[in-house]
Amino acid sequence: MSSRMESAGVRRTLIGVALLYLGLFIFIPLCAIFVHAFSKGVPAYFRAIQDPNTLAAIKLTLLTALIAVPLNLVFGIAAAWAMVKFDFPGKTLLGILIDIPLSVSPVISGLIFVLLFGAQTALGPWLIEHNIRILFAPPAIILATIFVTFPMVARELIPVMKAQGSDEEQAAMTLGASGFLTFWKVTLPNIKWGLFYGVVLCNARAMGEFGAVSVVSGHIRGQTNTLPLHIEILYNEYNFAAAFAVASILAMLALVTLVLKSGIEYRYREEIKATAKTGHAV
Amino acid sequence: MVYLSLIVLIPLSMLFFKASAMGWNDFWGTVSAPRTLAAYRLTFGASFVAGLVNVVFGTLIAWVLARYSFPGKRIVDAFVDFPFALPTAVTGITLATLYSRNGWIGQYLYDWGMPSAYNFFGITLALTFIGLPFVVRTVEPVIQELDGELEDAAVSLGASRWQIFFRVIFPNLIPAIISGFTLAFARAIGEYGSVIFIAGNMPGKTEIAPLLIMTKLEQYDYAGAASIAVVLLIVSLGLLWLAGFIQKYFSKRIGVS
Repeated sequence: MSSRMESAGVRRTLIGVALLYLGLFIFIPLCAIFVHAFSKGVPAYFRAIQDPNTLAAIKLTLLTALIAVPLNLVFGIAAAWAMVKFDFPGKTLLGILIDIPLSVSPVISGLIFVLLFGAQTALGPWLIEHNIRILFAPPAIILATIFVTFPMVARELIPVMKAQGSDEEQAAMTLGASGFLTFWKVTLPNIKWGLFYGVVLCNARAMGEFGAVSVVSGHIRGQTNTLPLHIEILYNEYNFAAAFAVASILAMLALVTLVLKSGIEYRYREEIKATAKTGHAV
Repeated sequence: MVYLSLIVLIPLSMLFFKASAMGWNDFWGTVSAPRTLAAYRLTFGASFVAGLVNVVFGTLIAWVLARYSFPGKRIVDAFVDFPFALPTAVTGITLATLYSRNGWIGQYLYDWGMPSAYNFFGITLALTFIGLPFVVRTVEPVIQELDGELEDAAVSLGASRWQIFFRVIFPNLIPAIISGFTLAFARAIGEYGSVIFIAGNMPGKTEIAPLLIMTKLEQYDYAGAASIAVVLLIVSLGLLWLAGFIQKYFSKRIGVS
């Protein structure tokens, strides 16, 4: 083993450089969020969070996530299922479509909804006539969020499902289980950790999305502002302490996401180890 | 499939529809205007530099995480994904505050004659921040799966550790590094939230392409916004296709699929 290792000195230097870089680049910004959030004292922090506009932003953000996440959860399972267990024409296209929202600029994601529902399009005047407000209102915010977050669940599930193959499902089917029963008793338990992590990621992105939502929101305070947009407004008004106070909520969400992620990875590794020991497939 | 086309396909086709409706001359006029070209240059230039920085430090961090053990490694490992998990607006205001004239880090950089915010440096910094996880997470698994026997063989033939790294290990990492770079680069091109706070946003100087799309939109120049977006979209999709192609090509050559 020693032949594959550098000398202790080189090793320590490399670890040191890596830690220093991560410390400077990631740890300091993280601390800065919380230090600036409390820079005007704890009461000011809670005043900023209890501000009616902040509360309205929190509500809209929660509503958005509450609609976008379940929808993408159902779709994510369906898409991953189709991608892994079946062969059909257009499968490559489906794969590309799943990846698109992740690879285009968030500004473009917002732009396409403006082009779709804007007053100058075919759909726009009809919507105005029927008094339906989509653009610059919560519906567009929710739609844009769905668009941006919809690969998260599917992308987590596809590798997990691929690794497991479909032998167990086929066994269940030959034993006479219905399609739904097979899914519920065989597929779901197998993919639960991947699914859970996908939901966590999807939720984090749904609550934190800025660029796409910024394009389609009307930036009306207390009405069409999500948390990230509210942060922008506060910051541009030089109300830094309040901006960071609101930012700290989202930063905590990010930290929770990371803790869950490493927790899931740990459990997953333990399960694989257990499988290797007993020789059974979980 | 219906859901997919409702949510993805129809909106996306609107983009091309809108851009094509304005005719080739108008399209080319918008895309080749000095202000647009300056924005593209800035976006692609800063994204490229940020990608290179991430290749160096991302590979180093991936190496340390994959090969060495040290106290607190699991926490460090989790923190690599922090830029990915943190909402971009939060990243933006945090970096702008840290690196501005009076910020914790900015005050030293400015004293050393290195203005760190509202210029190319600041933009590159933000893009480097968000791109780091892409390189680390692409390179790390490849390092973990390297065949140690090749290294043993090289040692028995009398190679030094540095020779082994550059002749045996590094060539195996190249495909992963390139595809990590491409992913980080593609992400950086479209990035908006984390950049605008630190960018300065001066037309022709520190205005990134996604921001220019935003500006056109606010001026109700929908066709102009769409044409700038089409170019960005084609470039980033092209890059992702390239990354996929590189990975496929090399994995075939090495013989692990």
